[in-house]
Amino acid sequence: MTVLSAAISSWFTTRNWTIHPHQQVMLGRADHPATLLIAPTGGGKTMAGFLPTLAELADGNHQGLHTLYISPLKALAADIKRNLRTPVDEMSLPIRIDDRTGDTPQSRKKRQRADPPHILLTTPESLALLISYPDAARTFAGLQRVVVDEIHALAESKRGDQLMLALARLQTLCPNLRRVGLSATVDDPQAIAQFLARHPDPCEVLQADPGPTPDIQMLQSTEAPPWAGGGAAYSIPAVMEQIKAHNTTLIFHNTRAQAEIFFHNLWLANDDALPIGIHHGSLDRDQRNRIEAAMVRGDLRAIVCTGSLDLGLDWGDVDLVIQIGAPKNVKRLVQRIGRANHSYNTPSKALLVPANRFEVLECRAALEAVRQGDLDGEPRGPGPRDVLCQHILITACAGPFEANDLFAEMITAGAYATLTRPEFDACLGFCATGGYALQAYDKWQRLLQLPDGCWQLRDPRASQRIRMNLGTIQDSDTLKVRLKRSRGGKPLGEIEEAFAASLTPGDTFLIGGQTVRYEGLREMTVEVTRRSGKRPKIATFTGTKFATSTQLNARILALLQQGNWLNLPDHTSSWLTLQQQVSQLPEPGRLLIESFPHQSRPHLCIYGFAGRNAQQTLGLLLTKRMEEMGLDPLGFVATDYATMIWGLKTVNDPAPLFELAALRDGLDSWLGENAVMKRSFRACATIAGLIERNSPTARKSGRQATFSSDILYDTLRKYDPDHLLLQITRTEALRGLVDFGRIEEMIDRIGPRIDLRHLPAITPLAAPLLLEMGKVPIKGAAMEKLLQQEAADLMQKSGLSSLPD
Amino acid sequence: MTLASRRKIGNLNTMSGFDFFLSSARLTALGSGALHWPDQNLLCISDLHLGKSERQARRGGPALPPYETRDTLARLAADLQDTQATTVICLGDSFDDDAAAGALPQAEQDTITHLTTDRRWIWISGNHDPAPLNLAGEQHRDITIGPLTFRHIAQPQAQSEVSGHYHPKARLRSTSRPAFLVDGHRLILPAYGTYTGGLRSTDPALTALMGPRARAILTGPHPVPIPMPR
Repeated sequence: MTVLSAAISSWFTTRNWTIHPHQQVMLGRADHPATLLIAPTGGGKTMAGFLPTLAELADGNHQGLHTLYISPLKALAADIKRNLRTPVDEMSLPIRIDDRTGDTPQSRKKRQRADPPHILLTTPESLALLISYPDAARTFAGLQRVVVDEIHALAESKRGDQLMLALARLQTLCPNLRRVGLSATVDDPQAIAQFLARHPDPCEVLQADPGPTPDIQMLQSTEAPPWAGGGAAYSIPAVMEQIKAHNTTLIFHNTRAQAEIFFHNLWLANDDALPIGIHHGSLDRDQRNRIEAAMVRGDLRAIVCTGSLDLGLDWGDVDLVIQIGAPKNVKRLVQRIGRANHSYNTPSKALLVPANRFEVLECRAALEAVRQGDLDGEPRGPGPRDVLCQHILITACAGPFEANDLFAEMITAGAYATLTRPEFDACLGFCATGGYALQAYDKWQRLLQLPDGCWQLRDPRASQRIRMNLGTIQDSDTLKVRLKRSRGGKPLGEIEEAFAASLTPGDTFLIGGQTVRYEGLREMTVEVTRRSGKRPKIATFTGTKFATSTQLNARILALLQQGNWLNLPDHTSSWLTLQQQVSQLPEPGRLLIESFPHQSRPHLCIYGFAGRNAQQTLGLLLTKRMEEMGLDPLGFVATDYATMIWGLKTVNDPAPLFELAALRDGLDSWLGENAVMKRSFRACATIAGLIERNSPTARKSGRQATFSSDILYDTLRKYDPDHLLLQITRTEALRGLVDFGRIEEMIDRIGPRIDLRHLPAITPLAAPLLLEMGKVPIKGAAMEKLLQQEAADLMQKSGLSSLPD
Repeated sequence: MTLASRRKIGNLNTMSGFDFFLSSARLTALGSGALHWPDQNLLCISDLHLGKSERQARRGGPALPPYETRDTLARLAADLQDTQATTVICLGDSFDDDAAAGALPQAEQDTITHLTTDRRWIWISGNHDPAPLNLAGEQHRDITIGPLTFRHIAQPQAQSEVSGHYHPKARLRSTSRPAFLVDGHRLILPAYGTYTGGLRSTDPALTALMGPRARAILTGPHPVPIPMPR
């Protein structure tokens, strides 16, 4: 039982604070191997994590690192450092605190390794780097505790897997290491506890008082939401009213592009010149820091943001959270709301703003679910093996290792507890030689086994390359954006290469809320000048796509079942009424398919309500079937509730398309060629170390040196179909993006009950899909026909076709 | 990022190609990226970059799947089968570097030997593989056959020239494909090797070389010409 020292107790007294019950319990359990605390933001969660550390360090006898604090965000690490310094200094405790992230200058990083502070605040990636150094044992000598903040967020991604493997290594270096996890509300606390603990240690779950039920409403606005899109520009007058009525409002968006557009439009309506900022992952770091600092000072009335601010920075003045666009799943909504009004005893306040008419339904369903405490969630699945491969390489950077020892260490990470030895050996083989059926690299293999059985890097210089490519975050290729000056203008942020490639000098786009004019590309940097007035293009950012959960979709279908929609706003109920008049509404237990011509092409709309990922897969599988049946599909687009396919031929009998046996039979070959698998492969191959994003030599202009990962994928499929990376890709794609399970569930549920309606034109329910981004082209016979046609047109128009060949 | 996947045309049975003239030579751009000159029974391919995976491993990079040489040669064998060409010109950068030529696995070396047998095989030296090769066939910096001159890198003032080096690609609709670039003076071949990337035709290096009425012939199942995107 750790007792609070006099210095700490009296500090609490002078502040008129009483220690929270859960903070007291955490102190009491400070010597337990693992504890998970679930508490809302503002519940003193962070202090609960740190109090045992402060208590143990108070007498000043501990040398070197004592506590490691991990958060998913660099901003959070910096924020906590700021927040901790205040009480530590006021209590006059002899404690050194420092943070270490990608933003930390090299000089400070070097000093930290040589002479670590007592408390180090860092991110999973920076920790992975730290354990890759041969002197890691010295750096971490004396480590007692590790606090993982926002562990619910980390547990959802590969960053969490990488972190837990790193902790397994730390536990080998420091066998008495104690672990604490700090989490927001989740649907399955036991799963997070098992994720945190050293397997098979026990981990107690401590639930703090969740506080009063949140106050969530849908925004009342006189303007109607549009048909499609995620911008919600219509809601700006109403949002401005809310901002004026509160201290600090956070306005969350599902994508960066939407945040930019909204911020731009909000400022156009900002007649009172209220201080409003913008914050997202592609903005320049200094800009983000300035916004965060302004928030802490209480200088901002509103911040337009994305998930970049999703995690619990302790911002006292935030008293309203506005969610623009449907929240996609209830758990995420509840977690976001947990941030508003961190004064513990008043209810958190939130407003949902549907971005289009369909989202009105989604938001309504989400509200019901929150009121019933019905959180949605998916089981986690075993730890991904591409992260495992990267961890083997990281371990190799630190020095020679024994395979048996490393295996034993890795399976202490909960997610990898069920890893088999052959699976581990396959990953080791991949890291060493590439793991190819064709043994080709004996001379140049990356890892060598020494006579004593230990493995090590063949070339020590390879550790530089491995460290440069460390991490699991998959950003798409981005280019930095700078103001054009004679030498190095101000950096504004980043845009994606694909977007940059679409720009010609003179085009304008939004970044950081301002309109800039594209001047050109210089040394892989986009140069711009400030230009207002012209209507800007919108930069797109491919981020993670959350799918509407099964539970939410089921609720939406049930809502549609209600004959009258008095409860829904007029603009939505009239849209649904029109749909019912023109066609019909989807029903649970049946599959509605509409067929209509649009812009002289036959269209087919399938209302599966299976979530974005499954609807996307359905699009791929169905177009494949259509291709085989000579129906000439051209492309499709998917949303959370429907898939729309267009082509050259009308589909009159859809039933054969949905034969599950046929769909299942061909799944492998269909999966094999589709873009989803290739995208998954690219991510897995990058994490596992086959594709290097960063290399020691400078990036060459012209890009002849690099080639698409699709070529590697195709080559492996052709010559080495059982290769480890293809296995990993398949597992991952099936689980996440492909979501074939939901398609099976849908087809089993509907049985033969397919309703095909032929309409003369596009229907109200289908129309929004046309406005969706992310149309997938089908490169089949139809595409070739059109390519031929378009090529002929171009040649004709340019007069080149009349040239003698 | 382009998602141009290289079509493995190795199984092509029908001779699909696009016919055009350069100077007085009647040529066919094959969908595989090879150039066929029926009147000379000649096949020309460029930038094979054989041995790329071995070179990368040798220089400390990750081990790429070691199948690109086999795959490139398989496609070449198929094109030779389809065209029955008796003269072959490899237009430079046939190997990823000089060492790669010597480091080819025995099976691949045997394949090359087999392909070069009973054919006139011409290796043009490139910037990646400038040194003399220890392989069957003739080696030249450049060669003139009939009205055409073959070299690795285009010379700005040249006429009736066939070259490679730039790995050109062109975009139509949302598809980007390796492409032949041709105008009244010259032809630039796309890269034939499996592990090769491409340079957009809009790049200044290419727009400077090709005249205003240049066309790009996209590779693929059915080669199509378009005005070269600039």
